[in-house]
Amino acid sequence: MAVEEQPKGAVVVPTTSAVEARGLTRRYGEGETAVDALRGIDLDVRSGELVAVMGPSGSGKSTLMHILAGLDKPTTGTVQIAGTEITGLDDSRLTRLRREHIGFVFQFFNLLPMLDAEENVVLPLSIAGEKPDKAWLDSLLSQMGLAERRKHRPAELSGGQQQRVAIARSLVTRPTILFADEPTGNLDSKTAGEILELMRASVDAYGQTTVMVTHEARSAAIAHRILFLEDGLIVKELHDASQQDVLAVMNSLGT
Amino acid sequence: MIRVALRGMARRKLRTALTAIAIVLGVALITGTYVLTDSIKGAFGGIFTQVYRGTDATVTGKSAFTLSGQNNTTAPPFAESLLPKIRQLPDVADAVGGVGGNAHLILDGKVVHFGGAPNLGFSVDPKRPVLNSLKLVDGKWPGANQVVIDEATAHKKHLQLGQRIGVQASGPTLRMTISGLVHFGGASSLGGATLSGFNLPTAQQLFQRVGKLDQVRAKAKTGVAPAKLAAEIRAILPPHTQVRTGQAQAKEDAKDTDSFLNFLQDFLLAFGGIALFVGSFVIANSLSITITQRTRELATLRTLGASRRQVRRSIVIEGLAIGAIASVAGIGVGLGLGVGLFKLFDAVGFTLPNNGLVLHQRTVIVALIVGILVTVLASLRPAFRATRVPPIAAVREGSELPPGRFAKYRPIGSTLLTVLGFGLLIYGLFAHGLGTKGVLLSMGVGTLLIFLGVALLAARFARPLAWVLGAPATRFGGAAGALARDNARRNPQRTASTASALMIGLALVTLVSVMAAGITKSFRGAVNDLWVSGYAVTAQNNFDPIPIAAGNAAARTPGVQAIANVRGGDAQIFNGVHQATAVGPGAAQIFNMTWLDGGSNAVFSKLGAHGAFVDKGFAKSHHLTIGSPVQLTAPTGKGVALHVIGIFDPPTGGSPFGPVTISDTAWDKIYDTPQNLYSFVRMRGGETDAAEAALVNQLKAFPNAKVQTKKQFVDNQISGLNAILNVLFVLLALSVIVSLFGIINTLVLTAVRCGA
Repeated sequence: MAVEEQPKGAVVVPTTSAVEARGLTRRYGEGETAVDALRGIDLDVRSGELVAVMGPSGSGKSTLMHILAGLDKPTTGTVQIAGTEITGLDDSRLTRLRREHIGFVFQFFNLLPMLDAEENVVLPLSIAGEKPDKAWLDSLLSQMGLAERRKHRPAELSGGQQQRVAIARSLVTRPTILFADEPTGNLDSKTAGEILELMRASVDAYGQTTVMVTHEARSAAIAHRILFLEDGLIVKELHDASQQDVLAVMNSLGT
Repeated sequence: MIRVALRGMARRKLRTALTAIAIVLGVALITGTYVLTDSIKGAFGGIFTQVYRGTDATVTGKSAFTLSGQNNTTAPPFAESLLPKIRQLPDVADAVGGVGGNAHLILDGKVVHFGGAPNLGFSVDPKRPVLNSLKLVDGKWPGANQVVIDEATAHKKHLQLGQRIGVQASGPTLRMTISGLVHFGGASSLGGATLSGFNLPTAQQLFQRVGKLDQVRAKAKTGVAPAKLAAEIRAILPPHTQVRTGQAQAKEDAKDTDSFLNFLQDFLLAFGGIALFVGSFVIANSLSITITQRTRELATLRTLGASRRQVRRSIVIEGLAIGAIASVAGIGVGLGLGVGLFKLFDAVGFTLPNNGLVLHQRTVIVALIVGILVTVLASLRPAFRATRVPPIAAVREGSELPPGRFAKYRPIGSTLLTVLGFGLLIYGLFAHGLGTKGVLLSMGVGTLLIFLGVALLAARFARPLAWVLGAPATRFGGAAGALARDNARRNPQRTASTASALMIGLALVTLVSVMAAGITKSFRGAVNDLWVSGYAVTAQNNFDPIPIAAGNAAARTPGVQAIANVRGGDAQIFNGVHQATAVGPGAAQIFNMTWLDGGSNAVFSKLGAHGAFVDKGFAKSHHLTIGSPVQLTAPTGKGVALHVIGIFDPPTGGSPFGPVTISDTAWDKIYDTPQNLYSFVRMRGGETDAAEAALVNQLKAFPNAKVQTKKQFVDNQISGLNAILNVLFVLLALSVIVSLFGIINTLVLTAVRCGA
């Protein structure tokens, strides 16, 4: 597999930025009915950092994540992932970027129903035509508490177990950056707590750089850094905040 | 990715099965066709090989030109004085002379026949059974005024040894005793054919071949190669005869059935193709629908790093797998269909010989390739559609597929396809100088393009049409009706392509019905135009020739005002083989001909020894006018110099006359054992019960002759067409069934989607 400008080992270098965004704006529609979802955002995510993006619905947090992950293109501005400018990439180069540098965790898990847990986990490697490292896979599955569930289909797993499979799938390629879109949005409170612990643990254990979009104070509280979005702008930033701190900011912002 | 595609398919069993059925049916028809025709070919090949097993060389009459095989013309016989000469040749161990042809068994004044199967008769030599076509299984070989018949016919008609039966070939009916039962070659039955065997003098009398032979079979002395024997015989052959090795003769005898079978094969394969074409719409449609349903799944694959190519390939692989499974299933069903086709043809009157089913390697290969190829081709469009699923659809509900790069060219593209299709169709219909294959090919491809174009265009009309056609539904169906209409309008492409499959099936049914109605109507019109009223005499099966003696007997019926006996056969004219006909002066009082260039019905009585009349088309293509010379040669090699004394314009529905017609007296001088195709009789007082009874009574001695009124004649002639039409409709029903599966499939898929 061809290697991008930066070697894969870049993940462990603490001083570089995994993601760099400059002057991001995003306008939907044209003329009178145009809506500005993002109105000028600058953002750096350092390697090994867990960043939570918070905000009420319509604040632009989902749009920001889509653009950072290369799923959508900004109207103006630039995004660099692992040193590569991604906003101008064509489909095949974006595909390669996703394979090598990006992992996703979805609100609705997005597992493939016809594959069992282990097959789902190694799917990104299969797609890239790579063989999984057995030791790494075993440690990942036991870390996620899935050692006994390897041959179960998604339909035979609980919501929490399904999200564990999804997290393992996103980590299996050791991506430069992991994007989590409301990862606990579809889980009950107890399971959500377990999943949040797992996510924080994987950041701590593997140094996995992560951007998480959420509207829950509890989820945001596990992050190193929390960004508050309102009307397409970053209006507040917290470091190592508690759930109470987050709630206080949310109240002050009137959401 | 392959695993994702295949496992996904296995999860959606119902959908996969419904999709695959379309291909299963098409492949089954192709397999069934090959199995049917290969089995029949195998049966005939085996029979003829068996028949000539003990024969090293054969001598047969040789036509002056290659016969068309369509006009009841056979090679001329030769003098039996050749047989002793062959027997005296140094390398000949033994030789047998024989005659044969159509011979009808007559039981209780009725001809024994099974559907349209032939009624064959042969001479046999009791002392030389190894050189006989027939194999004795019970009783004795026939002596004078005795007959052996095939076991199957004896069984079906409960005939016993020693029973008396009538036999009629080219002459009057002879009464005979059944002396034995036989098989033909190794086969106990030859489809529905009846077989009869006689000793040579009896056969020569029956077939009006006294002093003549149709065939000599020779056996070589031990150690002499068949080719050497043939060469030896060739040296002493008189003109208009030929020699072949026994093996070559077996192949030659099988040739006629082979060419018919090849036609049948092409014909049935065309319907297999139609079913597959319809099936391809069903496949494209259901794959397309599932892609819409699997948007999130496909988008997730993209976010995990799958390239467009991988997504496309996964859909094509799914198509490939469906195609492979369906083709294998289709081959299985096809074997069953082969049996079914035997029964179908049996039911409509063509009983076919069956010595067990033959499945060639070629059948399996062709069926697999065609089935898989069609499925994969049909999956291409859905596959490209799948590549347009954006990765963002993995996180966003209800994202729509962006239109493809070529979407804006679609209306013009589909219009062009339609226009091109019509162009090819018209070219095929009217262009000169195209062979039959060229015409069929350009019409076939043209029709294909029209269907594709219309199917693509249909999407544009689906919305307004559904609005109008759905109006009653909203009125009487209430909320459900309104919902149904809106569903049909919501995805016009899906509605259109679902409907297209049915459209093709129904369009073909309509086309065939309209064409059949046209042919029937113009045939009826032609008979009404040409023939005022009266009776027609034909063979019981409506197309075999009947002995001239039957026509002569009819002519002597009290109350006959005029009779026109029409003879027909192959003739060589201007270096081409055409159907020639002959008629007597009585025709002047029977037919209403449209003569050109000042001609009148007086032409019939002026034909004489050298007169001929021609039809307008033949006159035009050979630049003939009144007085032009025409040379006509019969298969016997005898010819007659003619000049044109009349040109007529036949109705579009055809006429009883070929391109060239001469007098019956001139005909009988150059054709051996001439026979009538039909006799038309005009009775005093027109069509009355008394007149009909008189004719029937007069023809009692000719059970194979059938007296019909004008209306009966038309109906009987059309009945053959109807039998073919019934087969066509059954075959077309298959493509309609395929399209119905398509509709069920679409409804099930959308229901599943709404439920999800």
